[in-house]
Amino acid sequence: MSKHHVTTTVNGDAVEFLADPRETLLDCLRDHVGLTGTKEGCGTGDCGACSVELDGTLVCSCLVLGVEANGKTVNTIEGMASGDALHPLQRKFIEHAALQCGFCTPGILVAAKALLDKNPDPTEEEVRYWLAGNLCRCTGYDKIIRAVMDAAAELREAA
Amino acid sequence: MAKDGLNTEFRLVGTRPNRPDGLDKVTGRARYGADFSLPGMLHGAVLRSPHAHAKILKIDTSKAEALDGVKAVVTRADFPEGLEGEDWNLQENTMAGDKVLYDGHAVAAVAATSKLLAEEAVRLIEVEYEVLPHVIDVDDAIKPDAPVIREGASDASVPEGMPPNVVRYMEFGRGDLEAGFAAADLVRENTYKTEATHQGYIEPHACVGQMGSDAKGEMWVCTQGQWFIRKMCCAVLGLEASQLRVTPSEIGGGFGGKTTIFMEPLSLALSRKANGRPVKIVMSRSEVLRATGPTASGSMDVKIGMKKDGTLTAARAEFRMQGGAFPGAPVDMALYCGFAPYKLDAVEHVGYDVLANRPKCAAYRAPGSPMGAFAVESLIDEMCRELGLDPVEVRMKNAVREGDQSSYGPKFGSIGLVEVLEAVKGHSNLAEPLGPNQGRGVASGYWFNHNGETSVSMSIAADGTVQVSVGTPDIGGSRASLSLMVAEHLGIPYEDVRVNVVETGSLGENEPTHGSRATFASGKAAILSTDQAIKEMCRRAANEWGIDPEAVEWADGAAQPAGPNAGKFPPMSIKEIAGKMGETGGPISGHHESLPEGVGASFGAHVVDVEVDPETGLTKILRYLVVQDAGRAIHPSYVEGQYQGGAVQGIGWALNEEYIYGEDGRLQNPIFLDYRIPVASDLPMIDTVIVEVPNPGHPYGVRGVGETGITPPLPAIASAIHQATGARLRHLPMTPQKVRAAMKAQDS
Repeated sequence: MSKHHVTTTVNGDAVEFLADPRETLLDCLRDHVGLTGTKEGCGTGDCGACSVELDGTLVCSCLVLGVEANGKTVNTIEGMASGDALHPLQRKFIEHAALQCGFCTPGILVAAKALLDKNPDPTEEEVRYWLAGNLCRCTGYDKIIRAVMDAAAELREAA
Repeated sequence: MAKDGLNTEFRLVGTRPNRPDGLDKVTGRARYGADFSLPGMLHGAVLRSPHAHAKILKIDTSKAEALDGVKAVVTRADFPEGLEGEDWNLQENTMAGDKVLYDGHAVAAVAATSKLLAEEAVRLIEVEYEVLPHVIDVDDAIKPDAPVIREGASDASVPEGMPPNVVRYMEFGRGDLEAGFAAADLVRENTYKTEATHQGYIEPHACVGQMGSDAKGEMWVCTQGQWFIRKMCCAVLGLEASQLRVTPSEIGGGFGGKTTIFMEPLSLALSRKANGRPVKIVMSRSEVLRATGPTASGSMDVKIGMKKDGTLTAARAEFRMQGGAFPGAPVDMALYCGFAPYKLDAVEHVGYDVLANRPKCAAYRAPGSPMGAFAVESLIDEMCRELGLDPVEVRMKNAVREGDQSSYGPKFGSIGLVEVLEAVKGHSNLAEPLGPNQGRGVASGYWFNHNGETSVSMSIAADGTVQVSVGTPDIGGSRASLSLMVAEHLGIPYEDVRVNVVETGSLGENEPTHGSRATFASGKAAILSTDQAIKEMCRRAANEWGIDPEAVEWADGAAQPAGPNAGKFPPMSIKEIAGKMGETGGPISGHHESLPEGVGASFGAHVVDVEVDPETGLTKILRYLVVQDAGRAIHPSYVEGQYQGGAVQGIGWALNEEYIYGEDGRLQNPIFLDYRIPVASDLPMIDTVIVEVPNPGHPYGVRGVGETGITPPLPAIASAIHQATGARLRHLPMTPQKVRAAMKAQDS
């Protein structure tokens, strides 16, 4: 199948790649752009490990075709820190031991950031429902929820 | 001081520093199985059986081979013949031979220049099957008319006349069972069933394998055990183990499911056929669920005798488990663990390992123990209710203590079950009032913990920092706990130690990270390695001071004269000694390998509060408490994490998760939408209490904390639902439909 030329912005950088029309945005990010921080856990939009922001909307990149990213802006886990400075969510995840194997972590961080951008003061229940589309099998979610709540508090203080 | 006299004053052990791999894991830099690529790499795909049981009459790969970009196709014909025992089982599971034995069984594999091409080529392979009758359920598999999965698969333990799908049989016990039951005021017997579940790690299996015509190869793979991968791949492919170098990636969860091989040998076989070009294979989620190693399912009869005061007089368990189309259901472990929390003078165990047309089971967190606990702990609770006894008091009354003979034979060393139950009794969750439709359940759980082959090296860099090479992949923070122990032992900062998980070329054989062994076994070996380096550093200092090495001791990160008679010298720090080691005798390092002795078993107890919606039968977890003996929590956050993660996996097993097969023997729920693991909105915070009864067999008292936590939730939740609804569910999972049906049955 002939490939399509895709021009997009990923984490602020102009990026071009050739995509087979059957390839997902996840495939393209990992295999063509070389950003393997976004993970595939299911390929069916059930686990959230491939969460990215596409034009500011939180999506499962396994449910978006690579060619759909043409002319759009993609933000991945690799773009979350500003230089050396980790995003408070990233820092709180380390401090709270909110990861064990770490495989779901990029997707959860991207999803949690999308929540806090919208709702800086979520309740525990709101965090739990927002992250219900992000599966973690190691932690039982306890420390993840605490880390997100703590990061939200820190961001509110800084605001 | 603890009761065993171990030191309890620590500088670092018991603190909660950031994990060394944290930054990589929150920035997306950590490299997992599928993140690795090589120049010239091909992509593999696997053709899998759509039938539960069928004869393979013919495989025609010609159309696939003719497709542009296809570089290799392999079938069983490409594998060596004549394997026996578990090697044959592994080979047969890697690639079907004469028959396919379960839905998802691999039949052929392709390597091509892209994943899409490889998948297209797989669809061009034509297989002619003769479909055979199949059997899925363990009790059906031992019926007289059940399809026979493999003639002659039974081992010598199976008495004559047993159904042909029984491949292993065991019975063991002690005491006078009849007299024990006669002495009881209440004797009850019930049957319990658990369904197969999957470990559900979020990272699918992935590897890159490379093998030339010289039979030398390399592999990069997500695994709990690189030496196991090496040994098994080589057995299946007829290779020499030392010619295959296996490097573990970061691992996205395993829980026992990544201790064995699935598609890894296929990447090597394809690579060899494709002139040594590396081949990457990444499983889809459906492949993971259909064709890796879920748990066994169990059908279990338990009979218990109890006096009016709660004293247990006798117990008997007869467990039947299927572990797929191959021997290996953990029925033995389930039997060992089931009665382990109880002091019993009369006990009998009978076990059947049964074949069924399902994937070959693998380990899953305390393999067997959750099933055994579901049966035993449920019946104990039912009897407590009947006699009006407190379930915690009954567990305390019958609790095993140090020196008691376990239900399965060996005498217990230092154990902490009584301390765990005391902590449960004192916890505020037990004082929380329960409302309508709410119930509370309590259960205990047990795991042996494990030592296993262990080889560790450490060495001191010229700047006085320390590197440690271990063979146990870090799944839940073990690099942090190992760094803490080595830094504690050396008297240096935590940050000065770097622990690396190394490839098979760097150390002797290591068993995987399994059985809750990494912090215990690699930890103990790392400390013993460090002792060698300390001895050498003391010798170097003694040489410089011109005194006897015996007169030098190590304290606070420095060699020091041992007492006033040794002479007066200022302490010589690790940095000072390391800086000069080039002139004082060369590199300073330590190495230790053994089957570390002194494993300390771990008991836990959980308390769960639930509310059941009487309309829908949906069970909501209101509160959850995990209490478990860690021996010593080296990094308490990661110990809590193990407790919480284990509990939530158990909650999933209890309430949602199961392998659902259709009449056709095909798995009906091979995606996460339908195989539903717990999500954040299903759960409350998981409260934890770390009990520390130090294990005298480890320098810092470590027992191992990973396994036990998955065990108590199954029965604890069943008991809580019983209290909430009056209905006792004896068949997992306790889905809303089943709970509602049980409530209805009670009303009528």
